[in-house]
Amino acid sequence: MAVGIVRLDNLLAVVMLSGIYSLISASLFVTMDAVDVAFTEASVGGGIATVLMLATLALTGDTEKPGKGKLQIVPLAAVTITGALLIYGTLDMPSFGDPMAAIHQHVAPRYIEEAPKTTGIPNIVTSVLASYRGYDTMGELAVIFTAGIGVILILGSGRRRDD
Amino acid sequence: MDIPGLFNYWIVIFLMMTGFYVVIARGNLVKKIVGLNIFQTSVFILYISMGKVEDGTAPIVIEGAKGVGAVYSNPLPHVLILTAIVVGIATTALGLALIVRIKEAYGTVEEDDIFAQDEAE
Amino acid sequence: MPMIQRHSILRVTTKLLTPFILMFALYVQFHGDFGPGGGFQAGVIFGAGFILYALIYGIEAAEKVAPPGIIRVVMTLGLLLYIGVGYFGMFLGGAFLDYNVLRQDPVQGQHLGITLVELGVGTTVAATMITIFFSFAGRMRRAGRSG
Repeated sequence: MAVGIVRLDNLLAVVMLSGIYSLISASLFVTMDAVDVAFTEASVGGGIATVLMLATLALTGDTEKPGKGKLQIVPLAAVTITGALLIYGTLDMPSFGDPMAAIHQHVAPRYIEEAPKTTGIPNIVTSVLASYRGYDTMGELAVIFTAGIGVILILGSGRRRDD
Repeated sequence: MDIPGLFNYWIVIFLMMTGFYVVIARGNLVKKIVGLNIFQTSVFILYISMGKVEDGTAPIVIEGAKGVGAVYSNPLPHVLILTAIVVGIATTALGLALIVRIKEAYGTVEEDDIFAQDEAE
Repeated sequence: MPMIQRHSILRVTTKLLTPFILMFALYVQFHGDFGPGGGFQAGVIFGAGFILYALIYGIEAAEKVAPPGIIRVVMTLGLLLYIGVGYFGMFLGGAFLDYNVLRQDPVQGQHLGITLVELGVGTTVAATMITIFFSFAGRMRRAGRSG
């Protein structure tokens, strides 16, 4: 799928493929127990991102400049070397699903133990999101808000105006 | 160290490198944004796959069925990625908006053409 | 997008689906405490339902339902609600974003705080998505007019 995105010249097809890619990764998230995340990814990636990309394509034209379809050597080499280094790095990582991995030892058990008791909310993701990590979420919300303001400033408010 | 247990990281790295390649090798700005999205999603998959616990279930406590031995997947990566996705779409929208303005200013969204026009001035 | 007038199947289907999508968004918003869901998802779904309506019926119809100025005010209100809950906790003697003091019972306070904060998240996200879409659509309309 992702390789298809690299190879295609027709940007419309690229955008459609990236929407499908989002949906597939959403189903991947479900199999890995992250239902909240899957929910978000499906609606964001499959829905809004695709619509926005299509709007952009309508404004900029939907074909890439031809003649660049062949693989370029230097970027390919850079990517391969980086990938090889990263794979070397993974050799020390805990294996998939290991309950003794470092990530599960620190704060997560406390969240799982206490979150339902202190907040009275069964969905641990929600309680951690809004309560334990309230500052984080406030920052993220501010980022989204700022991005919205930025788009308004860059593109105009959408109001019909004769300039 | 067992090789099948590391397979998820390798998928992530493959996707990440695909996105990276798109970003550095293709000249079309819209395509670069799509490449960034692929990169981004690979990072999401990395976090979520690290949060998965063997035999675990989604981190929602169900009254009554709450056995002492119930194993939940780590909720912390879910929280981080949940917000990251929405922030990601917001920043993507910002990038696309910039592309639209570049198109209006230069008449093209190909990197080479933009550089050529800058050189010509 | 005046040509869209012809697609009667799309129009009827959208008319049927939009209320359900919006209802589902609200369900996700307020049921996020118990099942999967929460402010972020609800906001995105609400925005998506609205964008669907705008795509099929045209931007003018959508702007009549939700004027861009009001949407922008709502966008700020969501963030203000979030921060306001934080400061309210401070006024009641707790720390910033401390929900325990909102009610006599800390657990209920937490519950109330989380619900309010998620509401703030939901409104801001939904309004931001709609605003971004309106901006793009406005550009498209202007580009279409000038040539």
